[in-house]
Amino acid sequence: MVELPTNTTLLREILTGFIRNEVQKTGLTKVVVGLSGGVDSALSAMLAAEALGAKNVLAVLMPYKSSHADSLAHAETIVSMSGIESMFVDITPQIDVYFERFADADARRRGNKMARERMTILYDQSARWNGLVLGTSNKTELLLGYGTLYGDMASAINPLGDLYKTQVWALAEAIGVPEVIVKKEPSADLWVGQTDEGELGFTYREVDRLLYRMVDQRCTKPELIAAGFRERFIDDVAQRIMFSQFKRRLPVIAKVSQRTIDRDFRYSRDWGK
Amino acid sequence: MSIRVAIAQFNPKLGDLPANLGQYEERIRQGVKERADLLLFPELSLTGYFLRDTVPSVALTTKSAEIKNLKHLSRELPFVAGLVEESPDHRFFNSAIYFEAGEIRHVHRKVYLPTYGMFDEQRYFARGDRVRAFDSKFGRLTMLICEDLWHPSTIYLAALDGALAVLCPSASPLRGIVDGQIQDDNARYWEMINRAYAETYSLFLIYGNRCGFEDGVGFWGGSEIVDPFGQRLAKARYYDEEFLLTDISLESVRRKRTMSPLLRDEDIDLTINELVRIRERPAALKIVQGFKGTKVRALRKPKTKPRKL
Repeated sequence: MVELPTNTTLLREILTGFIRNEVQKTGLTKVVVGLSGGVDSALSAMLAAEALGAKNVLAVLMPYKSSHADSLAHAETIVSMSGIESMFVDITPQIDVYFERFADADARRRGNKMARERMTILYDQSARWNGLVLGTSNKTELLLGYGTLYGDMASAINPLGDLYKTQVWALAEAIGVPEVIVKKEPSADLWVGQTDEGELGFTYREVDRLLYRMVDQRCTKPELIAAGFRERFIDDVAQRIMFSQFKRRLPVIAKVSQRTIDRDFRYSRDWGK
Repeated sequence: MSIRVAIAQFNPKLGDLPANLGQYEERIRQGVKERADLLLFPELSLTGYFLRDTVPSVALTTKSAEIKNLKHLSRELPFVAGLVEESPDHRFFNSAIYFEAGEIRHVHRKVYLPTYGMFDEQRYFARGDRVRAFDSKFGRLTMLICEDLWHPSTIYLAALDGALAVLCPSASPLRGIVDGQIQDDNARYWEMINRAYAETYSLFLIYGNRCGFEDGVGFWGGSEIVDPFGQRLAKARYYDEEFLLTDISLESVRRKRTMSPLLRDEDIDLTINELVRIRERPAALKIVQGFKGTKVRALRKPKTKPRKL
Protein backbone atom coordinates (compact mmCIF):
# COMPACT_ATOMS: atom_id res chain seq x y z
CA MET A 1 0.00 0.00 0.00
CA VAL A 2 1.40 3.34 -1.05
CA GLU A 3 1.70 5.90 1.74
CA LEU A 4 0.35 9.43 1.43
CA PRO A 5 2.59 11.20 -1.10
CA THR A 6 4.11 14.58 -0.34
CA ASN A 7 5.62 15.65 -3.64
CA THR A 8 6.10 19.23 -2.53
CA THR A 9 7.77 20.45 -5.74
CA LEU A 10 4.80 19.35 -7.81
CA LEU A 11 2.19 20.47 -5.29
CA ARG A 12 3.77 23.89 -5.14
CA GLU A 13 3.73 24.25 -8.92
CA ILE A 14 0.11 23.09 -9.20
CA LEU A 15 -1.26 25.16 -6.33
CA THR A 16 0.42 28.43 -7.31
CA GLY A 17 -0.86 27.85 -10.85
CA PHE A 18 -4.32 27.23 -9.43
CA ILE A 19 -4.33 30.46 -7.42
CA ARG A 20 -3.00 32.54 -10.30
CA ASN A 21 -5.40 31.10 -12.84
CA GLU A 22 -8.55 31.07 -10.73
CA VAL A 23 -7.96 34.62 -9.47
CA GLN A 24 -7.09 36.10 -12.84
CA LYS A 25 -10.07 34.62 -14.62
CA THR A 26 -12.41 36.54 -12.30
CA GLY A 27 -10.77 39.73 -13.53
CA LEU A 28 -9.15 40.37 -10.14
CA THR A 29 -5.50 40.24 -9.12
CA LYS A 30 -5.69 40.03 -5.34
CA VAL A 31 -6.72 37.79 -2.46
CA VAL A 32 -7.67 38.31 1.18
CA VAL A 33 -6.80 35.67 3.75
CA GLY A 34 -7.43 35.34 7.46
CA LEU A 35 -4.07 34.71 9.07
CA SER A 36 -4.39 32.89 12.39
CA GLY A 37 -0.79 32.05 13.09
CA GLY A 38 -1.42 28.40 12.30
CA VAL A 39 0.21 26.36 9.58
CA ASP A 40 -2.77 26.18 7.20
CA SER A 41 -3.33 29.90 6.78
CA ALA A 42 0.42 30.53 6.76
CA LEU A 43 0.79 28.11 3.86
CA SER A 44 -2.21 29.51 1.97
CA ALA A 45 -0.90 33.05 2.32
CA MET A 46 2.61 32.13 1.24
CA LEU A 47 1.38 30.17 -1.77
CA ALA A 48 -0.71 33.19 -2.76
CA ALA A 49 2.27 35.52 -2.33
CA GLU A 50 4.28 33.27 -4.62
CA ALA A 51 1.47 33.07 -7.16
CA LEU A 52 0.32 36.68 -7.23
CA GLY A 53 3.12 38.71 -5.68
CA ALA A 54 3.25 39.64 -2.00
CA LYS A 55 1.61 43.01 -2.56
CA ASN A 56 -1.48 41.31 -3.91
CA VAL A 57 -2.12 39.38 -0.72
CA LEU A 58 -3.90 40.97 2.22
CA ALA A 59 -3.63 39.07 5.50
CA VAL A 60 -6.22 39.97 8.10
CA LEU A 61 -5.23 39.21 11.69
CA MET A 62 -8.34 38.82 13.82
CA PRO A 63 -7.54 37.77 17.37
CA TYR A 64 -9.99 37.48 20.25
CA LYS A 65 -8.91 38.41 23.76
CA SER A 66 -8.45 34.74 24.72
CA SER A 67 -6.38 33.90 21.62
CA HIS A 68 -2.96 32.53 22.46
CA ALA A 69 -0.26 35.23 22.37
CA ASP A 70 1.83 32.98 20.11
CA SER A 71 -0.92 32.97 17.46
CA LEU A 72 -0.65 36.68 16.80
CA ALA A 73 3.14 36.61 17.00
CA HIS A 74 3.31 33.78 14.47
CA ALA A 75 0.91 35.55 12.12
CA GLU A 76 3.09 38.66 12.33
CA THR A 77 6.15 36.56 11.53
CA ILE A 78 4.49 35.36 8.33
CA VAL A 79 3.56 38.92 7.37
CA SER A 80 7.05 40.28 7.89
CA MET A 81 8.91 37.42 6.27
CA SER A 82 6.69 37.24 3.18
CA GLY A 83 6.13 40.98 2.70
CA ILE A 84 2.38 40.59 2.27
CA GLU A 85 -0.05 43.36 3.17
CA SER A 86 -1.75 43.07 6.54
CA MET A 87 -4.35 44.58 8.78
CA PHE A 88 -5.44 43.98 12.34
CA VAL A 89 -9.03 43.65 13.54
CA ASP A 90 -9.62 42.74 17.18
CA ILE A 91 -12.92 40.83 17.21
CA THR A 92 -13.29 40.97 21.01
CA PRO A 93 -15.80 43.86 21.21
CA GLN A 94 -18.24 42.45 18.66
CA ILE A 95 -18.08 38.96 20.17
CA ASP A 96 -18.45 40.16 23.74
CA VAL A 97 -21.33 42.49 23.08
CA TYR A 98 -23.28 39.63 21.51
CA PHE A 99 -22.60 37.11 24.26
CA GLU A 100 -23.55 39.60 26.95
CA ARG A 101 -27.08 38.68 25.90
CA PHE A 102 -26.33 34.95 25.80
CA ALA A 103 -24.02 34.52 28.74
CA ASP A 104 -24.77 30.79 29.04
CA ALA A 105 -23.33 30.01 25.57
CA ASP A 106 -20.83 27.17 25.67
CA ALA A 107 -17.36 27.15 24.15
CA ARG A 108 -18.56 25.58 20.91
CA ARG A 109 -21.14 28.29 20.28
CA ARG A 110 -18.65 30.99 21.13
CA GLY A 111 -16.01 29.40 18.90
CA ASN A 112 -18.38 29.10 15.95
CA LYS A 113 -19.50 32.70 16.40
CA MET A 114 -15.89 33.85 16.31
CA ALA A 115 -15.21 31.88 13.14
CA ARG A 116 -18.28 33.40 11.47
CA GLU A 117 -17.44 36.88 12.70
CA ARG A 118 -14.03 36.53 11.05
CA MET A 119 -15.73 35.38 7.85
CA THR A 120 -17.88 38.52 7.68
CA ILE A 121 -14.79 40.66 8.17
CA LEU A 122 -12.91 38.82 5.42
CA TYR A 123 -15.80 39.23 2.98
CA ASP A 124 -16.10 42.90 3.81
CA GLN A 125 -12.38 43.38 3.26
CA SER A 126 -12.73 41.39 0.07
CA ALA A 127 -15.17 44.03 -1.20
CA ARG A 128 -13.05 46.90 0.08
CA TRP A 129 -9.80 45.58 -1.32
CA ASN A 130 -11.12 43.92 -4.46
CA GLY A 131 -9.65 40.55 -3.64
CA LEU A 132 -11.04 37.02 -3.49
CA VAL A 133 -11.28 35.36 -0.10
CA LEU A 134 -8.64 32.65 0.00
CA GLY A 135 -9.57 29.46 1.86
CA THR A 136 -7.40 27.64 4.35
CA SER A 137 -9.38 24.47 5.15
CA ASN A 138 -7.48 21.27 4.47
CA LYS A 139 -8.89 17.94 3.30
CA THR A 140 -8.59 16.30 6.71
CA GLU A 141 -10.78 18.85 8.45
CA LEU A 142 -13.18 19.10 5.52
CA LEU A 143 -13.72 15.34 5.58
CA LEU A 144 -14.07 15.16 9.34
CA GLY A 145 -16.36 18.19 9.39
CA TYR A 146 -13.92 19.81 11.80
CA GLY A 147 -14.64 23.40 10.84
CA THR A 148 -17.36 26.00 11.14
CA LEU A 149 -19.90 26.07 8.33
CA TYR A 150 -19.97 29.59 6.83
CA GLY A 151 -17.10 30.40 9.15
CA ASP A 152 -13.56 29.25 8.42
CA MET A 153 -15.01 26.90 5.78
CA ALA A 154 -16.18 29.84 3.68
CA SER A 155 -13.96 31.08 0.86
CA ALA A 156 -13.94 31.83 -2.86
CA ILE A 157 -11.03 29.58 -3.73
CA ASN A 158 -9.17 27.12 -1.57
CA PRO A 159 -5.73 25.83 -2.52
CA LEU A 160 -5.52 23.42 0.45
CA GLY A 161 -8.87 21.64 0.24
CA ASP A 162 -7.42 18.53 -1.41
CA LEU A 163 -4.36 18.30 0.86
CA TYR A 164 -4.34 16.24 4.02
CA LYS A 165 -2.83 17.85 7.11
CA THR A 166 0.25 15.66 6.70
CA GLN A 167 0.71 17.11 3.22
CA VAL A 168 0.11 20.64 4.50
CA TRP A 169 2.96 20.18 6.97
CA ALA A 170 5.31 18.87 4.29
CA LEU A 171 4.47 21.62 1.83
CA ALA A 172 4.65 24.33 4.52
CA GLU A 173 8.12 23.16 5.43
CA ALA A 174 9.20 23.10 1.80
CA ILE A 175 7.89 26.58 1.07
CA GLY A 176 9.62 28.02 4.13
CA VAL A 177 6.93 28.43 6.77
CA PRO A 178 9.00 28.79 9.98
CA GLU A 179 9.55 25.57 11.87
CA VAL A 180 7.95 26.90 15.03
CA ILE A 181 4.66 27.23 13.13
CA VAL A 182 4.91 23.91 11.30
CA LYS A 183 5.85 21.96 14.40
CA LYS A 184 3.45 23.46 16.93
CA GLU A 185 0.40 21.57 18.07
CA PRO A 186 -2.56 22.34 15.76
CA SER A 187 -5.30 24.36 17.42
CA ALA A 188 -8.35 26.28 16.31
CA ASP A 189 -7.49 28.50 19.31
CA LEU A 190 -11.16 29.13 19.94
CA TRP A 191 -10.80 28.64 23.69
CA VAL A 192 -7.88 28.39 26.07
CA GLY A 193 -6.06 25.09 25.89
CA GLN A 194 -7.97 23.78 22.86
CA THR A 195 -6.01 21.46 20.58
CA ASP A 196 -7.38 19.79 17.45
CA GLU A 197 -5.97 16.39 18.24
CA GLY A 198 -7.16 16.56 21.86
CA GLU A 199 -10.66 17.38 20.72
CA LEU A 200 -10.76 14.85 17.91
CA GLY A 201 -9.30 12.02 19.98
CA PHE A 202 -6.67 10.97 17.46
CA THR A 203 -3.65 12.48 15.77
CA TYR A 204 -3.71 13.99 12.29
CA ARG A 205 -0.98 11.65 11.12
CA GLU A 206 -3.02 8.62 12.24
CA VAL A 207 -6.25 9.79 10.69
CA ASP A 208 -4.57 10.92 7.47
CA ARG A 209 -3.19 7.41 6.93
CA LEU A 210 -6.71 6.08 7.38
CA LEU A 211 -8.47 8.74 5.30
CA TYR A 212 -6.02 8.32 2.44
CA ARG A 213 -6.86 4.64 2.26
CA MET A 214 -10.58 5.09 2.84
CA VAL A 215 -11.23 8.05 0.56
CA ASP A 216 -8.49 8.19 -2.05
CA GLN A 217 -7.84 4.50 -2.43
CA ARG A 218 -11.38 3.31 -1.67
CA CYS A 219 -10.27 0.48 0.60
CA THR A 220 -13.04 -1.59 2.17
CA LYS A 221 -13.39 -2.01 5.92
CA PRO A 222 -11.88 -5.54 5.95
CA GLU A 223 -8.91 -4.17 3.98
CA LEU A 224 -8.48 -1.36 6.50
CA ILE A 225 -8.61 -3.79 9.41
CA ALA A 226 -6.08 -6.00 7.65
CA ALA A 227 -3.87 -2.92 7.27
CA GLY A 228 -3.86 -2.60 11.06
CA PHE A 229 -6.51 0.03 11.79
CA ARG A 230 -8.75 -0.53 14.81
CA GLU A 231 -12.38 -1.14 13.95
CA ARG A 232 -13.65 1.51 16.37
CA PHE A 233 -11.34 4.09 14.84
CA ILE A 234 -12.53 3.22 11.34
CA ASP A 235 -16.19 3.45 12.39
CA ASP A 236 -15.68 6.72 14.21
CA VAL A 237 -14.02 8.34 11.21
CA ALA A 238 -16.54 6.91 8.74
CA GLN A 239 -19.36 8.31 10.84
CA ARG A 240 -17.76 11.73 11.11
CA ILE A 241 -17.50 11.87 7.32
CA MET A 242 -21.13 10.89 6.87
CA PHE A 243 -22.53 13.18 9.56
CA SER A 244 -20.65 16.20 8.22
CA GLN A 245 -21.67 15.73 4.58
CA PHE A 246 -24.07 18.69 4.90
CA LYS A 247 -21.12 20.98 5.51
CA ARG A 248 -19.67 20.11 2.13
CA ARG A 249 -22.84 20.85 0.16
CA LEU A 250 -24.99 23.84 -0.73
CA PRO A 251 -28.20 24.28 1.31
CA VAL A 252 -30.93 21.85 0.31
CA ILE A 253 -33.40 23.37 -2.15
CA ALA A 254 -36.96 22.10 -2.45
CA LYS A 255 -37.49 21.14 -6.06
CA VAL A 256 -40.69 22.41 -7.65
CA SER A 257 -39.69 23.53 -11.15
CA GLN A 258 -38.31 21.74 -14.20
CA ARG A 259 -34.89 23.21 -13.62
CA THR A 260 -33.64 23.51 -10.09
CA ILE A 261 -30.34 25.11 -9.22
CA ASP A 262 -27.55 22.54 -9.01
CA ARG A 263 -29.87 19.61 -9.73
CA ASP A 264 -30.87 20.11 -13.33
CA PHE A 265 -29.52 23.63 -13.73
CA ARG A 266 -25.89 22.68 -13.93
CA TYR A 267 -23.13 25.09 -14.77
CA SER A 268 -19.53 25.26 -13.73
CA ARG A 269 -18.62 28.03 -11.40
CA ASP A 270 -16.10 29.28 -13.95
CA TRP A 271 -18.88 29.61 -16.54
CA GLY A 272 -17.87 32.31 -19.05
CA LYS A 273 -14.41 32.68 -17.52
CA MET B 1 8.27 14.54 -46.86
CA SER B 2 8.96 16.69 -43.86
CA ILE B 3 5.92 18.08 -42.07
CA ARG B 4 6.15 20.86 -39.53
CA VAL B 5 3.61 19.99 -36.86
CA ALA B 6 2.37 22.56 -34.37
CA ILE B 7 0.35 22.03 -31.20
CA ALA B 8 -1.48 24.94 -29.58
CA GLN B 9 -1.44 24.20 -25.86
CA PHE B 10 -3.55 26.91 -24.30
CA ASN B 11 -6.21 27.75 -21.74
CA PRO B 12 -9.63 28.33 -23.34
CA LYS B 13 -12.35 30.41 -21.74
CA LEU B 14 -15.21 28.26 -20.53
CA GLY B 15 -18.29 28.73 -22.69
CA ASP B 16 -16.94 31.78 -24.55
CA LEU B 17 -16.87 30.95 -28.26
CA PRO B 18 -15.81 34.38 -29.57
CA ALA B 19 -12.89 34.59 -27.14
CA ASN B 20 -11.69 31.11 -28.06
CA LEU B 21 -12.16 31.72 -31.75
CA GLY B 22 -9.86 34.68 -31.25
CA GLN B 23 -7.31 32.33 -29.67
CA TYR B 24 -7.63 30.02 -32.67
CA GLU B 25 -7.06 32.86 -35.13
CA GLU B 26 -4.05 34.08 -33.21
CA ARG B 27 -2.46 30.65 -33.12
CA ILE B 28 -3.21 29.93 -36.74
CA ARG B 29 -1.49 33.20 -37.61
CA GLN B 30 1.44 32.17 -35.45
CA GLY B 31 1.53 28.78 -37.17
CA VAL B 32 1.58 30.41 -40.58
CA LYS B 33 4.37 32.70 -39.45
CA GLU B 34 6.38 29.74 -38.14
CA ARG B 35 5.73 27.88 -41.38
CA ALA B 36 3.81 25.09 -39.74
CA ASP B 37 2.10 22.59 -42.09
CA LEU B 38 -0.41 21.22 -39.63
CA LEU B 39 -1.80 22.53 -36.34
CA LEU B 40 -3.50 20.56 -33.58
CA PHE B 41 -5.84 22.24 -31.09
CA PRO B 42 -6.88 20.45 -27.86
CA GLU B 43 -10.21 18.76 -27.18
CA LEU B 44 -13.12 21.22 -26.79
CA SER B 45 -10.65 24.08 -26.93
CA LEU B 46 -13.11 26.21 -28.89
CA THR B 47 -15.55 25.98 -25.98
CA GLY B 48 -13.84 24.92 -22.75
CA TYR B 49 -14.27 21.53 -21.13
CA PHE B 50 -16.64 21.45 -18.11
CA LEU B 51 -19.48 22.89 -20.16
CA ARG B 52 -22.34 21.06 -18.48
CA ASP B 53 -25.60 22.85 -19.38
CA THR B 54 -23.86 25.28 -21.73
CA VAL B 55 -23.30 22.48 -24.28
CA PRO B 56 -26.30 23.46 -26.47
CA SER B 57 -25.37 27.17 -26.33
CA VAL B 58 -21.88 26.64 -27.72
CA ALA B 59 -22.74 23.88 -30.21
CA LEU B 60 -21.96 24.49 -33.88
CA THR B 61 -23.54 22.97 -36.94
CA THR B 62 -21.62 22.58 -40.17
CA LYS B 63 -23.53 25.64 -41.39
CA SER B 64 -22.53 27.90 -38.48
CA ALA B 65 -20.74 31.14 -39.23
CA GLU B 66 -17.92 30.02 -36.93
CA ILE B 67 -17.38 26.88 -39.01
CA LYS B 68 -17.27 28.96 -42.18
CA ASN B 69 -14.68 31.12 -40.50
CA LEU B 70 -12.63 28.06 -39.52
CA LYS B 71 -12.85 26.70 -43.07
CA HIS B 72 -11.56 29.97 -44.34
CA LEU B 73 -8.67 29.95 -41.88
CA SER B 74 -7.65 26.47 -43.04
CA ARG B 75 -6.74 27.80 -46.48
CA GLU B 76 -3.51 28.98 -44.96
CA LEU B 77 -2.88 26.16 -42.54
CA PRO B 78 -4.67 22.82 -42.09
CA PHE B 79 -5.71 22.20 -38.49
CA VAL B 80 -7.72 20.06 -36.10
CA ALA B 81 -10.34 21.92 -34.06
CA GLY B 82 -11.98 20.63 -30.86
CA LEU B 83 -15.59 21.73 -30.46
CA VAL B 84 -19.20 20.81 -29.77
CA GLU B 85 -20.88 19.65 -32.97
CA GLU B 86 -24.64 19.59 -33.31
CA SER B 87 -26.10 17.10 -35.76
CA PRO B 88 -29.21 17.92 -37.86
CA ASP B 89 -31.26 15.79 -35.45
CA HIS B 90 -29.95 17.89 -32.52
CA ARG B 91 -27.57 15.54 -30.87
CA PHE B 92 -24.44 17.12 -29.45
CA PHE B 93 -21.06 15.54 -30.05
CA ASN B 94 -17.65 16.15 -28.58
CA SER B 95 -15.97 16.36 -31.99
CA ALA B 96 -12.63 16.90 -33.62
CA ILE B 97 -12.82 18.39 -37.09
CA TYR B 98 -9.98 18.33 -39.57
CA PHE B 99 -9.99 21.43 -41.78
CA GLU B 100 -7.83 21.59 -44.90
CA ALA B 101 -7.78 23.91 -47.90
CA GLY B 102 -10.98 25.68 -46.92
CA GLU B 103 -12.97 22.47 -46.38
CA ILE B 104 -13.95 20.01 -43.68
CA ARG B 105 -12.07 16.85 -44.59
CA HIS B 106 -13.04 14.69 -41.65
CA VAL B 107 -15.13 14.73 -38.48
CA HIS B 108 -14.46 12.42 -35.59
CA ARG B 109 -17.10 12.24 -32.90
CA LYS B 110 -15.70 11.09 -29.57
CA VAL B 111 -16.76 7.52 -29.01
CA TYR B 112 -15.73 6.92 -25.43
CA LEU B 113 -17.32 9.58 -23.25
CA PRO B 114 -15.97 9.19 -19.73
CA THR B 115 -18.78 9.19 -17.18
CA TYR B 116 -17.19 8.22 -13.90
CA GLY B 117 -15.22 9.90 -11.15
CA MET B 118 -14.89 13.55 -12.08
CA PHE B 119 -16.32 13.05 -15.58
CA ASP B 120 -19.89 13.49 -16.79
CA GLU B 121 -19.59 13.51 -20.57
CA GLN B 122 -22.28 10.99 -21.39
CA ARG B 123 -24.80 13.15 -19.59
CA TYR B 124 -24.23 15.96 -22.07
CA PHE B 125 -22.92 14.38 -25.26
CA ALA B 126 -24.07 11.78 -27.74
CA ARG B 127 -21.63 9.01 -28.46
CA GLY B 128 -19.81 8.76 -31.79
CA ASP B 129 -20.26 5.48 -33.62
CA ARG B 130 -17.22 5.13 -35.81
CA VAL B 131 -13.44 5.11 -35.88
CA ARG B 132 -11.89 5.91 -39.23
CA ALA B 133 -8.65 6.90 -40.84
CA PHE B 134 -8.94 9.58 -43.53
CA ASP B 135 -6.86 10.97 -46.35
CA SER B 136 -5.17 14.32 -46.01
CA LYS B 137 -2.59 16.13 -48.10
CA PHE B 138 0.03 14.55 -45.81
CA GLY B 139 -1.19 10.99 -46.15
CA ARG B 140 -3.61 8.93 -44.12
CA LEU B 141 -4.34 10.20 -40.62
CA THR B 142 -6.76 9.51 -37.82
CA MET B 143 -8.22 11.56 -35.00
CA LEU B 144 -8.98 10.03 -31.62
CA ILE B 145 -10.16 12.25 -28.78
CA CYS B 146 -8.65 11.82 -25.32
CA GLU B 147 -10.51 8.91 -23.65
CA ASP B 148 -10.89 7.23 -27.06
CA LEU B 149 -7.21 6.46 -26.82
CA TRP B 150 -7.65 4.76 -23.47
CA HIS B 151 -9.48 2.06 -25.38
CA PRO B 152 -6.88 0.12 -27.34
CA SER B 153 -9.51 -0.96 -29.87
CA THR B 154 -9.73 2.55 -31.33
CA ILE B 155 -6.09 2.86 -32.25
CA TYR B 156 -6.01 -0.76 -33.38
CA LEU B 157 -8.82 0.00 -35.85
CA ALA B 158 -7.27 3.28 -36.97
CA ALA B 159 -3.90 1.64 -37.58
CA LEU B 160 -5.48 -1.16 -39.61
CA ASP B 161 -7.42 1.48 -41.51
CA GLY B 162 -4.11 2.86 -42.66
CA ALA B 163 -3.35 5.74 -40.33
CA LEU B 164 0.27 6.86 -40.37
CA ALA B 165 -0.28 9.33 -37.57
CA VAL B 166 -2.77 9.76 -34.75
CA LEU B 167 -3.88 13.28 -33.94
CA CYS B 168 -5.18 13.22 -30.40
CA PRO B 169 -6.87 16.37 -29.08
CA SER B 170 -7.13 16.06 -25.31
CA ALA B 171 -8.49 17.86 -22.25
CA SER B 172 -6.84 15.74 -19.63
CA PRO B 173 -7.13 16.83 -16.00
CA LEU B 174 -4.16 16.52 -13.68
CA ARG B 175 -4.67 14.16 -10.78
CA GLY B 176 -2.67 11.89 -8.53
CA ILE B 177 0.44 13.14 -6.79
CA VAL B 178 3.27 10.64 -6.61
CA ASP B 179 6.56 11.14 -4.84
CA GLY B 180 9.59 11.50 -7.05
CA GLN B 181 7.64 12.34 -10.22
CA ILE B 182 7.94 15.69 -11.98
CA GLN B 183 4.40 15.34 -13.34
CA ASP B 184 1.11 14.09 -11.89
CA ASP B 185 0.17 10.47 -12.23
CA ASN B 186 -2.30 10.95 -15.03
CA ALA B 187 0.37 12.67 -17.12
CA ARG B 188 2.70 9.74 -16.43
CA TYR B 189 0.07 7.28 -17.65
CA TRP B 190 -0.56 9.24 -20.85
CA GLU B 191 3.12 9.44 -21.64
CA MET B 192 3.43 5.71 -21.19
CA ILE B 193 0.57 4.85 -23.53
CA ASN B 194 1.52 7.46 -26.12
CA ARG B 195 4.94 5.92 -26.39
CA ALA B 196 3.66 2.36 -26.30
CA TYR B 197 1.03 3.00 -28.96
CA ALA B 198 3.38 4.85 -31.29
CA GLU B 199 5.89 2.05 -31.10
CA THR B 200 3.39 -0.81 -31.16
CA TYR B 201 1.47 0.49 -34.16
CA SER B 202 4.48 2.05 -35.88
CA LEU B 203 2.95 5.47 -36.33
CA PHE B 204 3.25 9.04 -35.11
CA LEU B 205 1.37 9.94 -31.99
CA ILE B 206 0.61 13.66 -31.93
CA TYR B 207 -0.95 14.48 -28.59
CA GLY B 208 -2.33 17.97 -27.89
CA ASN B 209 -3.49 18.68 -24.37
CA ARG B 210 -4.79 21.91 -22.90
CA CYS B 211 -3.73 23.73 -19.73
CA GLY B 212 -5.38 26.06 -17.23
CA PHE B 213 -7.99 25.46 -14.54
CA GLU B 214 -11.76 25.11 -14.58
CA ASP B 215 -13.45 25.06 -11.18
CA GLY B 216 -10.21 24.04 -9.53
CA VAL B 217 -9.50 21.22 -11.96
CA GLY B 218 -6.17 21.76 -13.71
CA PHE B 219 -5.24 20.39 -17.12
CA TRP B 220 -1.68 19.15 -17.29
CA GLY B 221 -0.54 20.34 -20.72
CA GLY B 222 2.56 18.33 -21.63
CA SER B 223 1.58 17.96 -25.31
CA GLU B 224 3.98 15.76 -27.22
CA ILE B 225 4.93 14.13 -30.46
CA VAL B 226 6.22 10.57 -30.42
CA ASP B 227 7.64 8.89 -33.50
CA PRO B 228 7.09 5.25 -34.61
CA PHE B 229 10.28 4.20 -32.81
CA GLY B 230 8.86 5.47 -29.53
CA GLN B 231 11.16 8.48 -29.51
CA ARG B 232 9.70 11.68 -28.16
CA LEU B 233 10.47 14.34 -30.76
CA ALA B 234 8.93 17.27 -28.91
CA LYS B 235 7.45 17.96 -25.53
CA ALA B 236 5.55 21.00 -24.28
CA ARG B 237 5.87 22.14 -20.69
CA TYR B 238 3.50 20.86 -18.05
CA TYR B 239 0.65 23.00 -16.62
CA ASP B 240 1.24 26.07 -18.78
CA GLU B 241 0.75 27.44 -22.27
CA GLU B 242 3.06 26.64 -25.16
CA PHE B 243 3.07 26.65 -28.91
CA LEU B 244 4.92 23.45 -29.71
CA LEU B 245 6.59 23.07 -33.10
CA THR B 246 8.54 20.21 -34.59
CA ASP B 247 9.41 18.70 -37.95
CA ILE B 248 8.43 15.10 -38.56
CA SER B 249 9.05 12.84 -41.50
CA LEU B 250 6.47 10.20 -42.34
CA GLU B 251 9.31 8.25 -43.97
CA SER B 252 10.14 6.93 -40.55
CA VAL B 253 6.83 5.06 -40.56
CA ARG B 254 8.10 3.17 -43.59
CA ARG B 255 11.45 2.47 -41.96
CA LYS B 256 9.85 1.25 -38.76
CA ARG B 257 7.31 -0.92 -40.58
CA THR B 258 10.06 -2.38 -42.72
CA MET B 259 11.96 -3.36 -39.61
CA SER B 260 8.94 -4.63 -37.67
CA PRO B 261 6.04 -5.48 -40.00
CA LEU B 262 3.63 -6.12 -37.14
CA LEU B 263 0.66 -4.49 -38.82
CA ARG B 264 1.27 -6.47 -42.01
CA ASP B 265 1.14 -9.66 -39.97
CA GLU B 266 -2.01 -8.73 -38.11
CA ASP B 267 -4.70 -11.38 -38.61
CA ILE B 268 -7.91 -9.38 -38.95
CA ASP B 269 -10.10 -12.43 -39.53
CA LEU B 270 -8.86 -14.04 -36.38
CA THR B 271 -9.64 -10.87 -34.45
CA ILE B 272 -13.13 -10.61 -35.93
CA ASN B 273 -13.90 -14.27 -35.30
CA GLU B 274 -12.75 -14.08 -31.72
CA LEU B 275 -14.63 -10.85 -31.11
CA VAL B 276 -17.81 -12.39 -32.48
CA ARG B 277 -17.32 -15.39 -30.23
CA ILE B 278 -16.64 -13.20 -27.19
CA ARG B 279 -19.65 -11.02 -27.94
CA GLU B 280 -21.85 -14.10 -27.88
CA ARG B 281 -20.61 -15.15 -24.45
CA PRO B 282 -22.92 -13.83 -21.75
CA ALA B 283 -20.11 -13.66 -19.16
CA ALA B 284 -18.14 -11.27 -21.30
CA LEU B 285 -21.22 -9.19 -22.05
CA LYS B 286 -21.68 -8.30 -18.43
CA ILE B 287 -18.63 -6.11 -18.46
CA VAL B 288 -19.70 -4.11 -21.51
CA GLN B 289 -21.39 -1.07 -20.06
CA GLY B 290 -24.88 -0.27 -21.15
CA PHE B 291 -25.73 -3.43 -23.09
CA LYS B 292 -27.85 -6.24 -21.76
CA GLY B 293 -26.78 -9.62 -23.06
CA THR B 294 -30.08 -10.56 -24.63
CA LYS B 295 -30.48 -7.19 -26.33
CA VAL B 296 -27.05 -7.35 -27.86
CA ARG B 297 -27.72 -10.77 -29.29
CA ALA B 298 -30.99 -9.61 -30.83
CA LEU B 299 -29.68 -6.34 -32.18
CA ARG B 300 -26.19 -7.17 -33.12
CA LYS B 301 -26.36 -10.59 -34.68
CA PRO B 302 -23.89 -10.61 -37.57
CA LYS B 303 -25.52 -10.85 -40.98
CA THR B 304 -23.06 -13.43 -42.20
CA LYS B 305 -21.61 -16.29 -40.27
CA PRO B 306 -17.97 -15.86 -39.35
CA ARG B 307 -15.64 -17.55 -41.74
CA LYS B 308 -14.41 -20.93 -40.58
CA LEU B 309 -10.73 -20.84 -39.83
